[in-house]
Amino acid sequence: MTEADDLENKGRRSFLLKATSVVGGTGAAAACYPFVASMNPSAELLAKANTEVDLSGIPEKGMHTVAWQGKPVFVLHRSEDQIKAMAASEGGLFPEQDKDRVKQPEWLVVIGVCTHMGCVPNKEGPGWTCHCHGSQYDDSGRVLRGPAPGNLEVPPYRFISANRIKIGEV
Amino acid sequence: MTNKIIKWIDYRFPLSSLIKHELTGYPVPRNLSYWWNFGFLALFVLILQVATGLFLAMHYKPDAAIAFDSIQHIMREVNYGWLLRYMHSTGASAFFLVIYIHMARTLYYGSYRAPRELMWWTGQGLLLLLMATAFMGYLLPWGQMSFWGATVITNLFRATPFIGDEVVVWLRGDYAVGDDTLTRFFALHYLFPFLIIGAVVVHLVALHTVKSSNPSGIDLADKDNIPFHPYYTSKDFFGMGIFLIAYFIVVFFFPHSVLEPANNIPANPMITPDHIVPEWYFLPFYAILRSVPNAVGGVVAMGLSVIIFAFMPFLDRSRIPGGGRYRPVYRIMFFIFMLDILLLGYIGYVPATDQTITIGQVATLYYFLSFLLLPFISKAEDMWLFRRGLPSNILALIASEEEEKRIRR
Repeated sequence: MTEADDLENKGRRSFLLKATSVVGGTGAAAACYPFVASMNPSAELLAKANTEVDLSGIPEKGMHTVAWQGKPVFVLHRSEDQIKAMAASEGGLFPEQDKDRVKQPEWLVVIGVCTHMGCVPNKEGPGWTCHCHGSQYDDSGRVLRGPAPGNLEVPPYRFISANRIKIGEV
Repeated sequence: MTNKIIKWIDYRFPLSSLIKHELTGYPVPRNLSYWWNFGFLALFVLILQVATGLFLAMHYKPDAAIAFDSIQHIMREVNYGWLLRYMHSTGASAFFLVIYIHMARTLYYGSYRAPRELMWWTGQGLLLLLMATAFMGYLLPWGQMSFWGATVITNLFRATPFIGDEVVVWLRGDYAVGDDTLTRFFALHYLFPFLIIGAVVVHLVALHTVKSSNPSGIDLADKDNIPFHPYYTSKDFFGMGIFLIAYFIVVFFFPHSVLEPANNIPANPMITPDHIVPEWYFLPFYAILRSVPNAVGGVVAMGLSVIIFAFMPFLDRSRIPGGGRYRPVYRIMFFIFMLDILLLGYIGYVPATDQTITIGQVATLYYFLSFLLLPFISKAEDMWLFRRGLPSNILALIASEEEEKRIRR
């Protein structure tokens, strides 16, 4: 028999060792996937990904905060003056046209999470102020001053009727 | 009879030799001061936290709907639940205090230097594990501070290149901190102490290989070492008594000094408290985070401010043994650095104004400069001390150490 020769064959042995390591390593890495993926949002949370808001109850200059995906969303009913003031300015640190941030100028819909560290800004005077680190936003949710690295985010939403919006769907 | 049992065991497990090698025959320098008590104290607080945590976990419920109420249940209805909880919350602060003193002693006496680099690095790993454990534990009461602390800190991971947003959602298991975040933090808060225990074993095995440093900074002759037991067991237990007095004064009389009042309000994802502050042991690092105007830069600076300690064995280029005790410039640097950390802690505590931000930036700059300039300062100090003249026995010692280093390479 050639058994003794097979054992002597070092090249064959090292090939087997490498091949086994690669297959085993890939298998181990693949086995990690379900564990890592299990930590992402569950199907139940994804099912709650949309929120409908009835706009008829919000008075002019009034703001409603609604929860969307666990985060607060500000729905601001802007007056004629506010619309004019916002359309006239380009914001502060990160210039952006107001018309690019709204679907209908009376309604500003922004995620109420400060882009700096994730705190919820308070409605104070015109715009919002974040108490955590002092960022200030205008009535279009654009950052005027402070450490925030961006304007308040506009969530995906669409008007499903004249008085209703659905946040989470375009 | 006892002898017979020990003999029976020794044949199967090295019990007697283990006790001799690690306790009754383990040599410890006889000149250790009380600053050398804090390693043992850290181990003791770890045991205290594991024990109180285990019993708290028997009553706590990691579900966002009832977590806050289960804490009230522990405080009001569980027999001695208030004691377990106050011991655990005070224990967290005590743990950091003991560890910070332990680290300060290592820095002052230069105990991080060869051959104890691995002790310093495993200790660094232990600090990171401790910080992660404390952070996750702080979410569990599900109060306003818990919630917003976890929100701000998980938000830091947005600084991850390219996949920042995905990483944050993955960490939270939700688009905002929520029930899934709470449950996984509880699971990990229970797991991490086991990792800490594992790392402590590595830390101790390394210690028993290189042996304790001592205030003189040089390895003592055999006759100047004494066995750990009974000499240092009794000293460590005495120190533990002093520690327990201070600890229980806080537990019984001032338990709220380490708890934030805002955390007695249940978590509300729609309202951020006006003034959110981390626990005292994170304040200096939080101040560094806030001092950098750029969000990603702030996260990097904060991470670096913790990790940078690991580079001490490379940054310190002096050949003089004994750290701050025999090195006047290093000693001054050490004390200014301690003041700088306290200043940063204060800046991290007060609400941000233009003035405090400026002070914070200067203090942050000094923090990093004291590490970055250390190679040059320590070298210059070393040359100055040599020029001024050192006792002949110290010169001989340094020469023999250099020789040994060459051989080891």
